Amino acid sequence: MKLDPATIERLKQKIAVYREFLRNWLEPSNLAQLRPKLEFQTGVLAGFALIASVLLGVTNCSTEGTIQRRLDEDLKKSLEEVVPPALYDNDMLLDTVSIPSAEYNIGANETTVYIALKSGQVTAVCFKFTAPDGYSGAINMIMGIDRDGNILGVRVLSHKETPGLGDKIEVAKSDWILNFVGRSLDNLAPAKWAVKKDGGEFDQFAGATITPRKSVQAIYRGLQLFKAHQEQLINP
Amino acid sequence: MFLSETYRKIAADGIWNNNIVFGQNLALCPLLAVTGTATNGLGMGLATLVVIIASNGLISVTRHLIPSEIRIPIFVLLIAALVTLVDILMNAWAHELYKVLGLFIALIVTNCALLGRAEAFASKQPVKHALWDGLMMGLGFLLVLVALGAAREISASGTLFANASVLLGESFRFLEVTVIPNYKGFLLMALPPGGFIMLAFLIVGKRLIDQKIAERKVSITVLTPVIAEEES
Repeated sequence: MKLDPATIERLKQKIAVYREFLRNWLEPSNLAQLRPKLEFQTGVLAGFALIASVLLGVTNCSTEGTIQRRLDEDLKKSLEEVVPPALYDNDMLLDTVSIPSAEYNIGANETTVYIALKSGQVTAVCFKFTAPDGYSGAINMIMGIDRDGNILGVRVLSHKETPGLGDKIEVAKSDWILNFVGRSLDNLAPAKWAVKKDGGEFDQFAGATITPRKSVQAIYRGLQLFKAHQEQLINP
Repeated sequence: MFLSETYRKIAADGIWNNNIVFGQNLALCPLLAVTGTATNGLGMGLATLVVIIASNGLISVTRHLIPSEIRIPIFVLLIAALVTLVDILMNAWAHELYKVLGLFIALIVTNCALLGRAEAFASKQPVKHALWDGLMMGLGFLLVLVALGAAREISASGTLFANASVLLGESFRFLEVTVIPNYKGFLLMALPPGGFIMLAFLIVGKRLIDQKIAERKVSITVLTPVIAEEES
């Protein structure tokens, strides 16, 4: 459609009129008269709420994909930390199995297991789990297990334990968590899956016993979950 | 002087005289929560600085529209929306920084200083002044956060700006210093009570300096007439 010059001229005039009106309306003196009126107040509040929610909605929708990609990258990085790169040649994020885990008390009723494949063979599995009963909240961890049930690596993803005491479960603060590498339900008796104070195999920290105790117990429960589904997971 | 009287007064108020923490005793929740280390303090300070400038500006622009009866809900709405916006955008476009600062961004909502500045300053002043006030109040808060973080970090673990390279990038690794080598550690200072104790020391320090300044002023005003008489 093509507009003739007369129509454009009229439109311009109309816009000018509206702009003039808006400018007058936005004059502080005019607004000062309007402000005490109830309908103006209602309108302003509604207007602000509308603008804020539209802005937030649009931002949320337009960044959702990007944020999801970033989270996937994070997850991939954690997966790479607990499964040695020599063990897989697939994209673990795409090869997943969901198994029920409600009875193991590891934070979720369904656990997503990421499968490491080497030339189509299952070599290892990896999943996130939680010690829901840490000293000051949940301790979120990730663990890689090879097909025979030996731990390849455990890492703490996030926690709220006391800084300086309980945070030695982080690999950045101490090597404690590396003690789990190579352990399995077969080479360590159930009674030994505890901190030394409880007669077990693993060190506690000076000033913090609960954090490592609960971490060890959660890792033990994670291994039990794997054992219960081992056949299904390694022979898909 | 390149700054006019008004701007200089706003700057002096924001950074020293009416400092958010020392002058107004506001924002103690985020202050005590994150100042375990100087780096965390810096992160929180930077995040707050951005949000307080933006919120002051926004509120000053719309100040004639906002009726005083419903100003508080509108301020809260604006600040909450702003913080959420920063949170989402940072998560998407500055993800590495977000992983370090993410915790602090959400905490800014609990910072009553933002509402305080909106109410006491931005809603009554032209945009330029409001933005300047946001910058200066934000800087004042940042300085306190870094000072308290540094004091707590040194006394708790003997280091300064630990992990600064994670927050600011590799080129800032030079900030990471071990102040006291082979320090045994003083855990109390890393825990919340240590925050209160150290904050008390800092406030005492500020009061002492203020007192010194006031004494000097008195002595100057006492001396001046004498000099004036001698000259005449």
